[in-house]
Amino acid sequence: MDLATLWWFWILLLFIFTFLLGILAVMAGIGGGVLYTPIVGGFFPFHLDFVRASGLFIALSSSLSAGPGLLRRGLANLRLAMPMALIASTSSIAGALVGLAMPTNIVQILLGIAIIFISFIMARAKRAEFPMVEKADKLSQILKISGVYYEGSSNEIVEWKVHRTWQAMILFVFIGFIAGMFGLGAGWANVPVLNLVMGTPLKIAAGTSNFLLSITDASAAFIYLTHGSLLPFITVPSVVGIMLGASVGVRLLAKVRPRVVRRVVIVVLLFAGIRTLLKGLGIWV
Amino acid sequence: MGVIMKVEIPREQLIYAKVLRYGTIISLVTISVAYIVYIAEISPRYIEFGKLMENWGKKTHEFVKETNYPTGWSWLGLLWYGEFINLLLLAILAFLPLICYLAIIPIFVAKRDVIYLLIAIAEVIVLLLAASGVIAVGH
Repeated sequence: MDLATLWWFWILLLFIFTFLLGILAVMAGIGGGVLYTPIVGGFFPFHLDFVRASGLFIALSSSLSAGPGLLRRGLANLRLAMPMALIASTSSIAGALVGLAMPTNIVQILLGIAIIFISFIMARAKRAEFPMVEKADKLSQILKISGVYYEGSSNEIVEWKVHRTWQAMILFVFIGFIAGMFGLGAGWANVPVLNLVMGTPLKIAAGTSNFLLSITDASAAFIYLTHGSLLPFITVPSVVGIMLGASVGVRLLAKVRPRVVRRVVIVVLLFAGIRTLLKGLGIWV
Repeated sequence: MGVIMKVEIPREQLIYAKVLRYGTIISLVTISVAYIVYIAEISPRYIEFGKLMENWGKKTHEFVKETNYPTGWSWLGLLWYGEFINLLLLAILAFLPLICYLAIIPIFVAKRDVIYLLIAIAEVIVLLLAASGVIAVGH
């Protein structure tokens, strides 16, 4: 019997695969969406349109689940997130429309290049725990973007402010566009912009990025949904699998070395990017 | 032993968190149940799985043409089919940020925080525009 002809085989495979992906993503500190889209798009029989729509819902659900805890503990900041979310969600609509209008092979080639680039960013990007911000810029003062949070490791209240706000806003135009076009969560880009460009403490950058994704991805998700690109058959087991996997991953986090897992995941991501690129070029179909 | 310090979180942030928490839990539980109902064929399927498998490798507009899969929000009239109940629940998930924004708009009004009130209203408009199905691509 050919398993590939059985519908339940694909549901089971998707569920097991996304469950493992959820575990790995948490342990590596990477969003599930960025892994899901290139891997499922490269190795499963579904068209990239449906995979991208599911990828957005994966990023959206993960972000929605994490959001309440982050907001309550002050690790995600609404005043920081809202202006950036408005910019990124608007450009993600444009990204989704461009992605749906382009020929499949072009999207595959661009996605492959983007994923290879992202894996290099993940491998190379520096992070600053508490970046130095001498003076808050004018725009962030007008928007009153600043805050305090409790740093458990040092039992201290950390005060933070930001700078280079308009430069970050320009970068969020591109981030939203890429997220919408490729159906990727954009944590890989949000965190460096919030942390390194604006000078937000790493914990606030990671928390706000996670929260921000729900708004950015929601607008792009609606575009895919209203165009007929959202297939519950693929999306639901993927979303449930990755979220259950993430909850297991959180428990395993204490027992593994996240840096080792992160390296393995980056290599997998690089491989998926090369596969997607070669698929788009018609070399490895 | 260290003293745990408390940080004051703005009210709009706490309300956003509360709406999001309950919305997400309810959505994910109902979506899992609806999916089992769909694949177990307790509710009828709009596209038979055999036909779905033949067409899921095609680009969206070809898939829509081959399977007569509804676009926009026209599927809301077909909710007795398993896939569209699931689609509705996924759509609700995507509407959650919008619902959270609507919940915090009165707080910005009360605080007379005009800039964030305008940002929140603009975000609601962007999300509604995206959801409206008005913005479309030609093929």
